[in-house]
Amino acid sequence: MASIDISAIRKSYGILPVLHGIDLEIRDGEFVVLVGPSGCGKSTLLRMIAGLEAVTSGEIRIDGKRVNDLAPKDRDIAMVFQSYALYPHMSVAKNMSYSLRLRKTPAEKIASVVAGAATKLGLDPLMERRPRALSGGQRQRVAMGRAIVREPKAFLFDEPLSNLDARLREQMRAEIKKLHQDLGATSIYVTHDQIEAMTLADRIVAMHGGIVQQVGSPLELYDNPANLFVAGFIGSPGMNFFEGRYMRSGETASFALTGGAVLPLPSTANLPDGSRATLGIRPEHVILGAEGPDAMLAKVDLVEPTGFGIIVHLTLGSVAFKAFTLDRRFLGMQGEVAVRLPVPNLHFFDEAGRKV
Amino acid sequence: MTSHAAREGGSRIDRPPLKKRLADASAPYLYTAPALILIVTVMLVPLVLGISYAFRDIQLLNPFSGGFIGLDHFKALSQDQNFYRALRNTLWWTGWSVLLQFVFGLILALLLDKPFHGRAIVQALVFLPWAVPSFLAGLNWAWLFNPVVGPLPHWMFALGLMSEPSNILSDPQLALWGPIIANVWWGIPFFAITLLAALQAIPRDLYEAASIDGAGPVQRFFSITLPFLAPTIAITVLLRTVWISNFADLIIVMTNGGPADRSQIVASYIFTQAFKRLDFGYASAIALVLLMLLITYSMLIVVLRQWLLSKD
Amino acid sequence: MTGKRILAFLAHRLAIFAYVVFALFPLYWLLKVSVTPNKLLYSEGIRMWPSRTSFEHFEFVLRHSDFPVFFKNSLIVSGSTAVIVTALASLAGYALSRFGFRGKYWIVALMLLTQMFPLVMLVAPIFKMLSPLGLTNSLTGLILVYTAFNIPFATFLMQSFFDGIPKDLEEAAMIDGATQFVAFRQIILPLTLPGIAATLGFVFTAAWSELLFSLMLISGNDAATFPVGLLSFVSKFSVDFGQMMAAGVLALIPACLFFLLIQRYLVQGLTAGAVKG
Ligand SMILES: Nc1ncnc2c1ncn2[C@@H]1O[C@H](COP(=O)(O)OP(=O)(O)OP(=O)(O)O)[C@@H](O)[C@H]1O
Ligand SMILES: [Mg+2]
Repeated sequence: MASIDISAIRKSYGILPVLHGIDLEIRDGEFVVLVGPSGCGKSTLLRMIAGLEAVTSGEIRIDGKRVNDLAPKDRDIAMVFQSYALYPHMSVAKNMSYSLRLRKTPAEKIASVVAGAATKLGLDPLMERRPRALSGGQRQRVAMGRAIVREPKAFLFDEPLSNLDARLREQMRAEIKKLHQDLGATSIYVTHDQIEAMTLADRIVAMHGGIVQQVGSPLELYDNPANLFVAGFIGSPGMNFFEGRYMRSGETASFALTGGAVLPLPSTANLPDGSRATLGIRPEHVILGAEGPDAMLAKVDLVEPTGFGIIVHLTLGSVAFKAFTLDRRFLGMQGEVAVRLPVPNLHFFDEAGRKV
Repeated sequence: MTSHAAREGGSRIDRPPLKKRLADASAPYLYTAPALILIVTVMLVPLVLGISYAFRDIQLLNPFSGGFIGLDHFKALSQDQNFYRALRNTLWWTGWSVLLQFVFGLILALLLDKPFHGRAIVQALVFLPWAVPSFLAGLNWAWLFNPVVGPLPHWMFALGLMSEPSNILSDPQLALWGPIIANVWWGIPFFAITLLAALQAIPRDLYEAASIDGAGPVQRFFSITLPFLAPTIAITVLLRTVWISNFADLIIVMTNGGPADRSQIVASYIFTQAFKRLDFGYASAIALVLLMLLITYSMLIVVLRQWLLSKD
Repeated sequence: MTGKRILAFLAHRLAIFAYVVFALFPLYWLLKVSVTPNKLLYSEGIRMWPSRTSFEHFEFVLRHSDFPVFFKNSLIVSGSTAVIVTALASLAGYALSRFGFRGKYWIVALMLLTQMFPLVMLVAPIFKMLSPLGLTNSLTGLILVYTAFNIPFATFLMQSFFDGIPKDLEEAAMIDGATQFVAFRQIILPLTLPGIAATLGFVFTAAWSELLFSLMLISGNDAATFPVGLLSFVSKFSVDFGQMMAAGVLALIPACLFFLLIQRYLVQGLTAGAVKG
């Protein structure tokens, strides 16, 4: 097991810059999840750590040793591909033992290690099959097996579950978590899936446009997003945003939504008077059917039951937003409803999108 | 690689050690080197030599030949009526051969595209002519066209296509058609194989979607099949055109350019000059002109393709 | 609707039948002539099958001519050419498929250009270059020349097969501890077997049929390949067509066998890659 230090990593394809200086320190045994929209450079970063992509500038260290110039085979890391990349002409057993055979491991050792991994992953009855004859979930397990037999310094996962159906994904997610608890291996995991990110990660790295936006524990990112991007990206359904103007008068302040409504704020935020800003609130924090002076009337557009709860699509002024509630009373709701945006749950972002 | 980093805002440029950079950079060249060395030494160098022959007086049986004569060959060539006839014949030969091979090859590929009982064996059989050595094919077809030992003239006579069973290979008007037919027979499999491969790469659900949308077989062909095949068709037709205009075996074996040079194409004319008259200098000059024409043709096609691509 | 279906079915089968007949009839005629006794060759020239058949031509060709030598020479030349070309074209095709490098487009352009050479133009210079090396009148020289001629097309063919294999596979192998070359050998090549078979067969048939250079570079019977040998039936005073056709039938056998074996892979492999580019 090992730590991975990434400092000031840049990457360009031709003249097209893709990563703009990434800094990241991953501790020994940590499970780090990379999230971000498609094309933001997650795979590129992962592939650079693996040695599949040349580093344009910057430095990658594994266990304190600079690996920029090492070939993938000399970095001692394992990777699970989205496509699984199983060798079609080899049996499951041969697939799993390939790395050990390349390292000239003694045959008895190979047999015992592979058997151990197979048992751990429930692959015992499939060892002689070719990948073609396996289901998607089984292939996924073989890909995992191929990674764990080597006891590498670190595991890299590039959207390993995205080809599976929802149920299987849930199951494999749990297995990966268990595996990580067993092996305690340093892992970097790329995903699009919110829940995978939240449940698996010790720390989440949110990326956008080739830049790290925020690094922190899942709840940190959820409760305290550093900027508009992270706030909108983490969480599903996503955070609601209202644009408007921040007004301050002495010790009190208020927020004038672009639609016209004005939200009184008891305390002041670190924003200049009259500046443009964005207010954010997560759907589950919007209070429906509120009473009191700060309640506002919102139009109900659509009610979506998810089974677990209800997503209500609303319009306030001209701004659309969502509310999430567990209260089934709101299932048949129509017309208008009074809503309240509780101040402790509000997030403010300045004009540049930074949290204040 | 490094220059891009520099462009990215002057960050410290990170150079891997020289040894690794060398190893990385040389890998693709190491993989291609053996092939390239062979091509350069056995094809490119002789080509350059051959081009130099075009400006020299090279006659195999004349020990005093070999001197530089500048553009004399090309001057002679511009007066050579046989050459112009051969040029016209080349257009005719290439045009009809490619067109017929392509049309019949496409039909065959379409016929073989859908699974049916016995497809594997049918496919093997109809592709077989390709495996026949070209000059054996030529000999065999010459035999078939011969009224004494071949059935074809008699059949054509029976069908009323001919006033008497005669050999089209000795008819000045028709002689070129003999090799063209042999060429079509021999070349259909090439088109069929490449087009069949292209057809099978078309996603099946496209057809399903189109028939759900109410497209008939003809519409499906024109709205899905043809557009998907277009790139393959373009490259195959280009390669084949170049190749067939250079392909003289069948003509040399079947008619030897005759009767009276009426079925001579440029490639066979070069052959005649080189190996019958033993005038390699003149032959090289003609070959150089043919090479230039083919390169021009290919460039035109490539440019046309770029232009078509950029239009949409 | 069903009437229409039946009609389409019949038309399809009929068309297929027509193609098979068109493809096979000339070969059938070759076979027919080869088993027709000399006496009947002209008198029964246009009968669909002679009234009497004999294998005298085959016997003569196999027993009393140099044909077995030609045959052996052709096998050596075509076999070696096929193996060498496929090996070198695999390497070059792999580089074109997997690496981006300076000069790549020049290499592709050069290879395309070689497809445009009138080969006749190369005969004299090649002869001049090979003869001081003692490579004229030798099978080695012929193999060298054929190898060079066939590499460009074979390279494009192999490239298209490699293009059809996901890059992930060799990356996975490299992470598993292989160098790029080991990944190429142990993972990619085994997966390209159909492509290798197709290329082997393609080059084999091409070399098997080549006449021009064989004719020009080889003068004695010892190193002559079978197309040259076949022509020797023509150039003698009495052209013995029966024997020539018998020799032709014999010569067709290996090429056809090879081709029948590989034609499936040819389509399969081309489906995987070539057509996308
Ligand atoms: N070989 C390449 N050449 C040029 N550009 C590339 C190459 N590979 C990736 N890119 C570009 O780099 C950017 C980052 O790609 P990357 O694959 O890392 O995205 P990603 O975050 O993994 O996206 P996804 O979530 O869709 O997998 C993209 O804009 C992509 O177009
Ligand atoms: Mg990705």
